[in-house]
Amino acid sequence: MSLQRFVVKRALVTIPLLLGITMITFGMVHLIPGDPIDFITLFTDLDPETKQAIRAQYGLDDPVYVQYVNWVVDAAQFDFGRSIITQRPVSAEIMDRLPYTLVMGSMAFGVTIVTAIPAGIAAAYYRNTGIDQFSRVFALVGIALPNFWLGLILILLFGNVLDVFPILPPTEQPLLSVPMLSYTILPALAIGTGSTALLMRLMRSSMVEEMSKDYVRTARAKGLPERTVVTKHVLRNSLISVVTVAAIQIAFIISGSVVVEIVFAYPGLGRLLVGRVGNRDFPVIQAVVLLIGVAVIAANLLADVLYAYLDPRIRY
Amino acid sequence: MATRDSSTERGRITVDGFDVESVVDRDHIESWTPSFREEAGRGRRYYAWQRFKRNRLALVGAGIIGVMVFVAVFARPISLPGGVPLLGGETVQPFSLAPADPAEQDILTGHTAPTLASITSSDPLGLHVLGTDWAGRDILSRIMFGGRWSISLGFIAVAVALLIGVPLGAIAGYYGGYVDSVIMRVVDMLYAFPFIVLAIAVIAILGRGYWELVFALVAVGWLAYARIIRGEVLSVKQNEYVTAARALGARDRSVITRHILPNAMAPVIVQATLSVGTTVLTAAALGFIGLGLSPATAEWGVMLNVEQDSIARGRWWAGVFPGLAIFLFVMAINLVGDGIRDAFDPQGEADGSDGGFR
Repeated sequence: MSLQRFVVKRALVTIPLLLGITMITFGMVHLIPGDPIDFITLFTDLDPETKQAIRAQYGLDDPVYVQYVNWVVDAAQFDFGRSIITQRPVSAEIMDRLPYTLVMGSMAFGVTIVTAIPAGIAAAYYRNTGIDQFSRVFALVGIALPNFWLGLILILLFGNVLDVFPILPPTEQPLLSVPMLSYTILPALAIGTGSTALLMRLMRSSMVEEMSKDYVRTARAKGLPERTVVTKHVLRNSLISVVTVAAIQIAFIISGSVVVEIVFAYPGLGRLLVGRVGNRDFPVIQAVVLLIGVAVIAANLLADVLYAYLDPRIRY
Repeated sequence: MATRDSSTERGRITVDGFDVESVVDRDHIESWTPSFREEAGRGRRYYAWQRFKRNRLALVGAGIIGVMVFVAVFARPISLPGGVPLLGGETVQPFSLAPADPAEQDILTGHTAPTLASITSSDPLGLHVLGTDWAGRDILSRIMFGGRWSISLGFIAVAVALLIGVPLGAIAGYYGGYVDSVIMRVVDMLYAFPFIVLAIAVIAILGRGYWELVFALVAVGWLAYARIIRGEVLSVKQNEYVTAARALGARDRSVITRHILPNAMAPVIVQATLSVGTTVLTAAALGFIGLGLSPATAEWGVMLNVEQDSIARGRWWAGVFPGLAIFLFVMAINLVGDGIRDAFDPQGEADGSDGGFR
């Protein structure tokens, strides 16, 4: 099967999945006990006529499937209505926050890749030595560390003791300025540590497996320098599975950012979501949850396509 | 036993290793009943346990968990509520290990740093080994007492999630077809959301509280078990003994529960152990972002939530120790989980990685 056909086929599978997650996010509002009107009017006492008028205004008197279709059609155009709390369009609120989360997430992803892959290679190449033991302990600790607590510890270390990175968000700074970016480093570290630990161990085990294969012995036997054997032969093959897991790490990073943004008072999507859950601002909650679901589905699609691209045996 | 000494005459054939007496004295064949619990054929669990016992790291983890559970149970006395029919209103656990009442406040004093200065003094009341929090409450006592929330959330949520995920996954894998695709499509859809986001969505619907939190954690947790057990059942049901059981007329329920599930549970047990840790982490994270238990409880994540600003202001003890408790518990669970995995699958490479990628 050619790569294009594989991609098209794999992409078609995501369509029912996307429809499913829109149903779940749409259904959220209808699962709340009580009248959705109360959440729009913030529980003020109103006479039945006014309530009916509001219901008609929000389309809540239509049958559920009509409401769903309308909601999905609007959502496809990135229109989620207005926030109940701020009365601003939800899409505008999201667009305010999204760049911050994207920058922080890609920084966390970068930290993960840059540290995990070399560390995993080192642990595999020098396996059962001190380096390997150290990486094993680091992985054990990194996976068990709560990322929000790590964030607090980083604040303690860098804010009080070392004073290297700013620990309070800089005000009135554009996103891609030096103070804002240096402020983003600590949260990115807090999120990235868990992924780093996981990816590093995966890199190690994948590389250990490849090192024991026959082609490596052949490459050594024909006199290739060790460096060439590792970089040109072992690394290429062992990276295949690592790349796909790295793409799946996007879900890990999203969930990390939801919590870590609270620690650092970072103006991202996660803080928007958590803040609005307290207020039960459902248009915003639905939009953010749907966006995250779509992002994860896209990441999984990317992982599968990358896998098929790197390892043609997959596209049977 | 020895027959060699008994026959030294020339020309006699010596027979080694044959015990004449045992043949003479042997039981008649009618009195023999087959025993499946002979030493030669102990169950898989037995050998897994033998391997687990030799894994020192896993035993250390199990020890840490044991101590933490013990401390949480015996931190303060437990009284049953009056409505319980048996032992209602009585104190079932009279011991109190915590040095102070975790709820006792001293707002005027507020934070005090950890001190060992008075550890030798005879007055235990003013002694706060790990310091006090913003309301002057003893942090050590709160961490000990708070284990009741954090640890019980982990175990209860995983147990309920198992009760939902295992039957659904087994049914999906055994029957296949229409039932399978319905159940697994639901799992796939819910899997599109990172765990904590799905839990936040459930809490947005239900509101906060202990059982609401359990529900949210279960709603997230059963997915992994359903997926794993379905995959295992799909492969186990190919075995001939399953066909044999069905040919003998066993009902589906007994085929699943007696023949398939016992052979499909090992990966689920590993995953369930590891996810006690991730569940405690998720619960603490939810408590930390203010969507878990109420701010007055001593749950470890909530303790960190109310002390968020203290750390930046230099009151490090208020934020360090509760997080350390979470970390210690989760690491101990991971050690045990890895130990169980290695015990069930000795060929697989021992690796520090977690089962899931979230």
